[in-house]
Amino acid sequence: MEFQFTGEQEQFREFVRRFFNDTTPTTEVRRIMETESGFDESIWQRLANELSLTGISIPEAYGGSGFGTVELGIAMEEMGRCLYPSPFLASSVLAAKALEFVAGENQKAELLPAIAAGEKIATLAFLENEGAPVVTDINCTAQGSDSEFKLDGTKQFVLDATVADYFLVTAMTDKGLSLFQVDGSTAGLNINALKVIDQTRRVSRVELNNTPGELIGEEGAAQDGLEQALNIAFLALANESVGGAERLFEDTLEYTKLRRQFGRTIASFQAIKHRMTEYLLNVELAKSAAYYTAEAADIGAEDLAKLASIAKASASEAYLQAGIESIQLHGGIGFTWENNTHLWFKRAKSSEVFLGDPAWHHARMIERMVEEQAA
Amino acid sequence: MINEQTVRKEVRAWLEEHWDPNLSLLEWRTKLTDTGWGMPDWPEEWYGKGYPPLLAAAVEEEFVRFGAVGVAKAGIRLLAGATLLEHGSEDQKKQFLRRILTGEDTWCQLFSEPGSGSDLAGSTTRTVKEGDHWIVNGQKVWTTSAHHADWGLLLARTDWDAPKHKGLTYFVIDMHQDGVVTKQLRQMNHHASFNEVFMTDAVVEAHHQVGELGQGWGVALTTLAHERRRADGLQPMASAKDTEIDRSGSIYKEERAENDVMMAPYIWYPQRAGRVDLALPRAIETGKIDDPTVVQELARLLILSSSAEWTARRARAAQQAGKPQGPEGSLGKLAASQVARAAARVHTAVSGADSMLMDEDSPRDGIIGEILISVPAVSIAGGTDEIQRNIIAERVLDMPKEARSDTGPFKDVLKN
Ligand SMILES: Cc1cc2nc3c(=O)[nH]c(=O)nc-3n(C[C@H](O)[C@H](O)[C@H](O)COP(=O)(O)OP(=O)(O)OC[C@H]3O[C@@H](n4cnc5c(N)ncnc54)[C@H](O)[C@@H]3O)c2cc1C
Repeated sequence: MEFQFTGEQEQFREFVRRFFNDTTPTTEVRRIMETESGFDESIWQRLANELSLTGISIPEAYGGSGFGTVELGIAMEEMGRCLYPSPFLASSVLAAKALEFVAGENQKAELLPAIAAGEKIATLAFLENEGAPVVTDINCTAQGSDSEFKLDGTKQFVLDATVADYFLVTAMTDKGLSLFQVDGSTAGLNINALKVIDQTRRVSRVELNNTPGELIGEEGAAQDGLEQALNIAFLALANESVGGAERLFEDTLEYTKLRRQFGRTIASFQAIKHRMTEYLLNVELAKSAAYYTAEAADIGAEDLAKLASIAKASASEAYLQAGIESIQLHGGIGFTWENNTHLWFKRAKSSEVFLGDPAWHHARMIERMVEEQAA
Repeated sequence: MINEQTVRKEVRAWLEEHWDPNLSLLEWRTKLTDTGWGMPDWPEEWYGKGYPPLLAAAVEEEFVRFGAVGVAKAGIRLLAGATLLEHGSEDQKKQFLRRILTGEDTWCQLFSEPGSGSDLAGSTTRTVKEGDHWIVNGQKVWTTSAHHADWGLLLARTDWDAPKHKGLTYFVIDMHQDGVVTKQLRQMNHHASFNEVFMTDAVVEAHHQVGELGQGWGVALTTLAHERRRADGLQPMASAKDTEIDRSGSIYKEERAENDVMMAPYIWYPQRAGRVDLALPRAIETGKIDDPTVVQELARLLILSSSAEWTARRARAAQQAGKPQGPEGSLGKLAASQVARAAARVHTAVSGADSMLMDEDSPRDGIIGEILISVPAVSIAGGTDEIQRNIIAERVLDMPKEARSDTGPFKDVLKN
């Protein structure tokens, strides 16, 4: 472990940050989030063409730039800072990683380049019930053989379903957990956009009713690959969250130095100073876990599942706490629509529970650690 | 070009050739001190090799793996070393540094006084020059290890007309003299590691003044910076007993005997840090691992302690790469307090009503009880959490300084 970013990685961060400063200031986030799709095609295209970010962690062999998880983490952190509303997590992380770890050679060669180029948007439809990310805990079924399968069931919390060109849907067959590609325009596919607290991140309920799907990878063999993909998604979301938390911290610190009460800045009150140091500690600890885990993924750490849960749980809690603190320290203005703080607060809320809430990840990490102890 | 690989190789080769478990502790440590292998991050001209911290850590790891004894590090001797390296005169370095490492001298830190703990610069220990020595009158308190220290790092007032922080001078005081009386203080956890120290016409040699007259505050800050850096939340290294080494050589026996004396004031220190290492094994052995509320608390604790460790490593890596210190470098002490408190909570939840008990009636032969009554020290010793927060807010976050009512000549300032 290096415990620090290389010069190239720092430059990459600068580059990405500049891009988002230019394209996605908060005024723009507000404009996009009020649109029906919640998605801006032109920024997405620039992201793909100018930065090749849409294919950042897709292997070069499949049209991506083949960067590591650390770079993916940096990109996510920067997107989290500016609250970039886009299907990046859905398409370039969840779907791309699911394909990378589950699909066969030919399918990867066919599907990944279009995701990498930002030409196609894919999303992973795998959650059901209350949304715990247990890939096998599903009722969705598929019947058929070879290329002809029909899917039945309901998928919950499907990210960016309304802008996706196709879905990667998990379903049980006679042989076990399998993954299918379902075209977004297929008849018998019902997409219900749900009303969300965080307007910058959209989820839908997707109903499949005898819906045709094409098998991805081998029938009954999707579980391991999906779990690998999820570990990457957990740590990606963790890095996004620490980016958001850090941004909230910086904005709030600045505000305490501007806002005057009792003839002095509120930053001069010890109660506020002490709160800000706890806030800083909270954010820095979560950053360390998110960074460490991204690096661990790159070096193929064996305990990645445990680490990914540590990173996700810690980032979720830190981000939410950052949102709560920031609104409190802004006072009444913090509770207004006009003030920007609530935008991050809401992303924190949705990131807290999406892909497993902290309690779920806590239980998962302890389970892994008990296994480690036994071994 | 030296790097971790070459250093590890070199130290192993050196140990192969020189390590002899039947040397006396002093003979061996003298060897380490002369060659620089004992304290590789100290400068080459002073018993070190000038290595950056990560390389020094690699050397230490190799020592542990090899089963070789290191130089003396217990207590505050290394704070004394670091302070003297930075501010001491050539003569002082010659007189003290070697004996710090060989373990011949033991040190204590005479900073806190009954009226000045957090407000350390409010020292009222009166120090007056008489001929070629200083006469000291005053009282120190909570002085760890003073009862068996040979030398003390003393912060005292030499000028009552100067402002508070400008009238202090830093000295090394000989603890073996009639004018210095130490009285052990019993702590809430039954141990007696710290002391009251009464100085009555005690003598300090003029050449034992460290740094300039009136510049004692700056020297003290060096000591404090090293003290707080040590509390950076890093887990203790693999302890020697974890490795399978033949420990029949006489040097081990001598080391154990030394430990029994030198480490006695510190035997509860691992417990005050919370003993995170015991949390999971205890949850498993008690079956509480099946209790979902315990699992949640336990997970939070383990996340906190891992993140604290990774944060400390980030800070070290940045320091080693010569990057400007980020906020992560100043947070270790606060993190350590949080870890310790969370650990006490988890141990309580895991042990249930057994948490009422101590000594042999408490689980793990008293360790659990000792954790519960030792953790409160972490957020006080070495500067309280509140003071640490003031420092971070003002220096790292650039928030306004606290209002002061203690400026002007010290003699006119309200004393505590
Ligand atoms: C186990 C242990 C070992 C020790 N070893 C040594 C040693 O070897 N040598 C030595 O010199 N000292 C030692 N100390 C003393 C220690 O450094 C002091 O206790 C500590 O700095 C606090 O000072 P105080 O006890 O006077 O508390 P006070 O300063 O009286 O503080 C009381 C409370 O007020 C708070 N407070 C004070 N000032 C402020 C402020 N400006 N803003 C907000 N809150 C404030 C404090 O945080 C604390 O909560 C040791 C203490 C312990 C517990």
